[in-house]
Amino acid sequence: MISGIRPLRRWYWVHKWSSIVCTVFMLMLCITGLPLIFHHEIDHLLHEEVDASVVPPGTPKADLDVAVKNALDKFPGQAPHFLIWDRDEPNALLISIGTSITSNPVNNRFARVDAHTGAFLDSPDVTGRFTYIMLKLHTDMFAGLPGKLFLGLMGILFCVAVISGIVVYAPSMRKLRFGAYRKDRPRIVRWLDVHNLAGILLVMWTLVVGFTGVINTWADLVLKAWQYGQLAEMTAQYQGREIPTRLTPVQQAVDVAVKAVPGMIPSFVAYPGSIFSSKSHYAVFMRGDTPVTSRLLKPALIDAETGQLTDSRDMPWYVSALFLSQPLHFGDYGGMPLKIIWAILDVITIVILWTGLYLWLRRRKPARVARAEAARRPVEGQVLTS
Amino acid sequence: MTTLQPPPARARRQTLAQIFTWPLVVGVLSTVGLIAALVGDGIWDGVSWLTLLLPILLYGLFLLRPRR
Repeated sequence: MISGIRPLRRWYWVHKWSSIVCTVFMLMLCITGLPLIFHHEIDHLLHEEVDASVVPPGTPKADLDVAVKNALDKFPGQAPHFLIWDRDEPNALLISIGTSITSNPVNNRFARVDAHTGAFLDSPDVTGRFTYIMLKLHTDMFAGLPGKLFLGLMGILFCVAVISGIVVYAPSMRKLRFGAYRKDRPRIVRWLDVHNLAGILLVMWTLVVGFTGVINTWADLVLKAWQYGQLAEMTAQYQGREIPTRLTPVQQAVDVAVKAVPGMIPSFVAYPGSIFSSKSHYAVFMRGDTPVTSRLLKPALIDAETGQLTDSRDMPWYVSALFLSQPLHFGDYGGMPLKIIWAILDVITIVILWTGLYLWLRRRKPARVARAEAARRPVEGQVLTS
Repeated sequence: MTTLQPPPARARRQTLAQIFTWPLVVGVLSTVGLIAALVGDGIWDGVSWLTLLLPILLYGLFLLRPRR
């Protein structure tokens, strides 16, 4: 095994430094991510919400133009950007409204409208909410795109730490059975066992949640790439046009899209001039109805003046990769039991981070002492401390 | 299931294959679980819950079992 020692020391170095750099941020991400798993339930508990009417299945839906008008009545002079069918709340529609069609959609307000009566329900200001603050800390630490990309970098380091952790797990376990926990030994030994066991049991989950989190930090860039790529291509002949003064009713645009893309249902509509469409089109984003296909969107572009379909294509692979990475990061694709499992795995990840931090802090001093001793007695062989 | 029987905590030197057998099993099952709930609902969700619950149960079992 002599030949194996040098590369192994390199892996220890990689594991140590990738972990040290990302641990504080990963702890923050695990702690803020925990309530986000249950953001729906928490919002429901903490905030009053006007409920949409519960209707028997098959009840006809309200005309979308009536629904949008009812929402806009509460925001006079403002512009709808998006019309969204909330997958978690099929009895309500969300309308995302900006001060103008060119305003930054990050500052949009959401109006909830009853999907069957078209009546305005409420438009809560979410920005002060607990879940909103957790979400901002979790996605960009209130630092916008640079914050996102920085956290993405920390996520990459975390993945490096997990992979190097697999390598350094082996020498630790040479003389131990799988699952060994030496509970009668000093804390540093016990916590090493706790760290190793949790780390190796959760390897796939931490890698998948870590890496899909990294992909999510690139969401803004991915959508920009789509806008300047496929969307620009699909709307090339409309370039330079202004938003039509009279828009086709949105209901008509959706009806045309539903007919044009059989077997799919609308997920959201981007209004002409909003960031996900051109100035001349409604973009009706269609989705499937299985867990996978419901994440994959297919835009149908409807000429906002004539109401005709102009183009409809599957989104490119990099957008699909982003959409598919989202459920794998959020854990929201297998009902409440999966959410609870996600939460427990998240807590165990906190244990891994915490014990790892402790092991490093405890070993720093002994390592220096050991090196000093080794310098005094250079004949003795190097023994790996684990 | 023999390796889950309780032999002494300190065993003979193990080969890489021995060290990684169980982690590999858990890793493969986790992967199955992560994908299963994406594939479909109902039974697929159930597969996902069971396979992802496994590392949690093993963790609890190993940390809480009484000293022999």
